[in-house]
Amino acid sequence: MPIDQSFVGRVYPPTAPYEVGREKIREFADAVKDPNPAYRDPVAARALGYDDVIAPPTFAIVMTLPAGHQVIDDPELGIDYSRVVHGEQRFVHTRPVRAGDVLQVVVTVDAIRAAAGNDLVTTRADVTTVGGEAVLTAFGTLVARGTA
Amino acid sequence: MSSIAVGAELPAQDFPIARGDLVRYAGASLDFNPLHWNEHFAKSVGLPDVIAHGMFTMASAIRVVTDWAGDPGAVVEYSVRFTRPVVVPDPDGATLHVAGSVRAVRDDGLVEVDLTCTVEGQTVLARARAVVRVPATSGSA
Repeated sequence: MPIDQSFVGRVYPPTAPYEVGREKIREFADAVKDPNPAYRDPVAARALGYDDVIAPPTFAIVMTLPAGHQVIDDPELGIDYSRVVHGEQRFVHTRPVRAGDVLQVVVTVDAIRAAAGNDLVTTRADVTTVGGEAVLTAFGTLVARGTA
Repeated sequence: MSSIAVGAELPAQDFPIARGDLVRYAGASLDFNPLHWNEHFAKSVGLPDVIAHGMFTMASAIRVVTDWAGDPGAVVEYSVRFTRPVVVPDPDGATLHVAGSVRAVRDDGLVEVDLTCTVEGQTVLARARAVVRVPATSGSA
């Protein structure tokens, strides 16, 4: 069964606040094997004009991937997780994520389309501070194989 | 800014990917899908072997832009399409090759970069593109 287009625009509740720590950023930077000092050294980050160490451009996936599971797990959409693969990913930054940020994610079903017998579901994850400052938006397209 | 011309190439880089890198990335990213560490599971779903997290490949590839720009916070947009899984056999692993070139210099000074991301000559990320704010004093290609 193809996924119903009427779910486009569905908005999920904000996620619990995520506090970005220096050591989590360092751990992530180590895991992607990127030695850039802006991810580790507050002095280096300040020299670039930031208040504290900043996170790599894809760091927000640690928040947006779990947030996106609200869509995958939504029984009304009926997505079979065992048949889902990650098709596309896009980040649009207002500013880099930095240590000390307390962030929340609001996920919206951005688009649903069928292609080659698969359903493509694009989720939009708006990441803001708990104070409402926009930080970034992440778009992820999930390919649900063989449903359309 | 005038030193950056359309078509200018960014220094290409090779990124070796070993099985242990995927385990470490799983822990840091909290993506514990067994496709990325369990050979038995990967083969049971028809893959030749364990595959890298697409997000690990994506995170590696942007290094070509952030190392060039100097300031990793200058990456305003970054997008990819995951076209082919990166198979990571143990112990040999795989090598991701990433090259970049300037696609456009916008009127607002933002620079669009196209990335080509291949493993053994085959594209693994398609339409890989970044938009970066490059200070006038750095980023000469």
